Amino acid sequence: MRLIGLVLRLLFYGVVVRLVVLFVLGLNVRHRERLPLKGPAIIAANHNSHLDAMVLATLLPLRLLPRIRPVAAADYFLRGGLRSWFATEVVGIVPIRRQRTQPDEDLLAPVQAALERAEILIFFPEGTRGDPEQLGEFKSGLARLAERCPDVPVIPVFMHGLGKALPRGDWVLVPFFLDVFVGMPMRFAGDRAAFMADYRARMDALRADGSFAPWD
Amino acid sequence: MIDTWVPPQVARTFAGVVGLLVVASAIVGWIARGERAARHGELVARVKSWWIMVAVFATAILLSQTGAIVFFALLSFLALKEYLSLVPTRRADRRVLFWVYLTVPLQFWWVHDRWYNMFLVFIPVWAVLFVASRMVLRGETRDFLRAVGILHWGMLTMVFALSHLAYLLVLPEKQGDMASGAGLLLFVVLLTQLNDVLQFVWGKLLGKRPVLPTVSPKKTVEGLVGGVLTTTALAYVIAPVLTPLSPPHALAAGLMIGLGGFIGDVTISALKRDLGVKDAGTLIPGHGGVLDRIDSLLFTGPVFFHFMKYFYY
Repeated sequence: MRLIGLVLRLLFYGVVVRLVVLFVLGLNVRHRERLPLKGPAIIAANHNSHLDAMVLATLLPLRLLPRIRPVAAADYFLRGGLRSWFATEVVGIVPIRRQRTQPDEDLLAPVQAALERAEILIFFPEGTRGDPEQLGEFKSGLARLAERCPDVPVIPVFMHGLGKALPRGDWVLVPFFLDVFVGMPMRFAGDRAAFMADYRARMDALRADGSFAPWD
Repeated sequence: MIDTWVPPQVARTFAGVVGLLVVASAIVGWIARGERAARHGELVARVKSWWIMVAVFATAILLSQTGAIVFFALLSFLALKEYLSLVPTRRADRRVLFWVYLTVPLQFWWVHDRWYNMFLVFIPVWAVLFVASRMVLRGETRDFLRAVGILHWGMLTMVFALSHLAYLLVLPEKQGDMASGAGLLLFVVLLTQLNDVLQFVWGKLLGKRPVLPTVSPKKTVEGLVGGVLTTTALAYVIAPVLTPLSPPHALAAGLMIGLGGFIGDVTISALKRDLGVKDAGTLIPGHGGVLDRIDSLLFTGPVFFHFMKYFYY
């Protein structure tokens, strides 16, 4: 990554995001010590808001910043213009296509390459932000990725609050405290369906651990 | 001597508070000595947090008048955020919550501007009516009364009640009197917090009969009475240093702070019990959230302010 990009990323994550996340919002983190302190690793979280990846990035020490890469949909973020530049240079996404354009296209190749560079990926297995504060269906992409990189730890993280603070389709940020519950790292053990079932069970357990104010 | 806008007796009182903390740390260090440390972890954390809170509060007050008002605006924002994160809210009211937050900078701007009439009516009249109108115009009637009540009460306590502490700072200087707004503020905050600690300590020493078991099972009649009496006595001693209060008024103010502090404390306890949570947050180790620490001030602040306003300003 170019130097200017790194400086922009430092300003963005180190100052702007931290100010918003720690002051305007506010965090209640459980088991921060379970987060990885080196790459490669996959942080797999539920998805409610554009701020999800930013919040997760602030939980890791700033020195890891050059290695932190949110995995994001190419069809949404790389439509050209300012958004593409911002997503690539400042947020530092690894773009992933959600649909194949050719039948033999390997959609996971760029993500796998990032793991081989020992980067820490922020991954949203739901693939979309969905309805606010509802756990959607987890797509099997996570298991496919874990299968290819069985030595890379996958850390399940359950988040609550950003679906209220900045949900899909709204641009007004409303302050709320966020809950971030980190689970134990897991590794691929030979079966995709079993891996996804295990991940789902861990996410449900993390969610059951909290008590959340009703929002409906 | 540091150059500060507050009169010397305020700075000297802060020095006294630091002395008090040294004594408290020594006592807690003795209670939690050796192998007893594990059992008293929360007590130790609580005293440590007191040091930080006193440092932050003293810095905010001593620096400048505007700085002190901004400090209370931030405190109000944090308390409101804890409250709104705790209570049930409706998805339909997301934008309304944004307006509720906007009352914080406005209300504290009136304080800074010394616009007393607006300070008094902005939240109880304008904000309350505006929020209700905004909510009804969404057209969502499900849980309407509950939702509107929750937001009104949040603004009235976390913003309006708390802003009275900041308004103490801008009360006019009394001619020929060393008392100032900063002195009044320190008087009510110090006595309210000491009253909390004293009720806790008297309860630990003598507590037998529960006073309000359904709300706060650990609070006792002995703790309440001991705390209120000690607070009243302290008010009598400290009032000549920080306030223009006459001796009988000082006793009355002490009594009101003692009882008001208790009611504020158990009111927030009742709210948390209703919602099924123990603490309102995790910001202050050993205490909980901001709301857990300022609960008693939500009542003592406005009561003391209007007592002073009626008799002296």
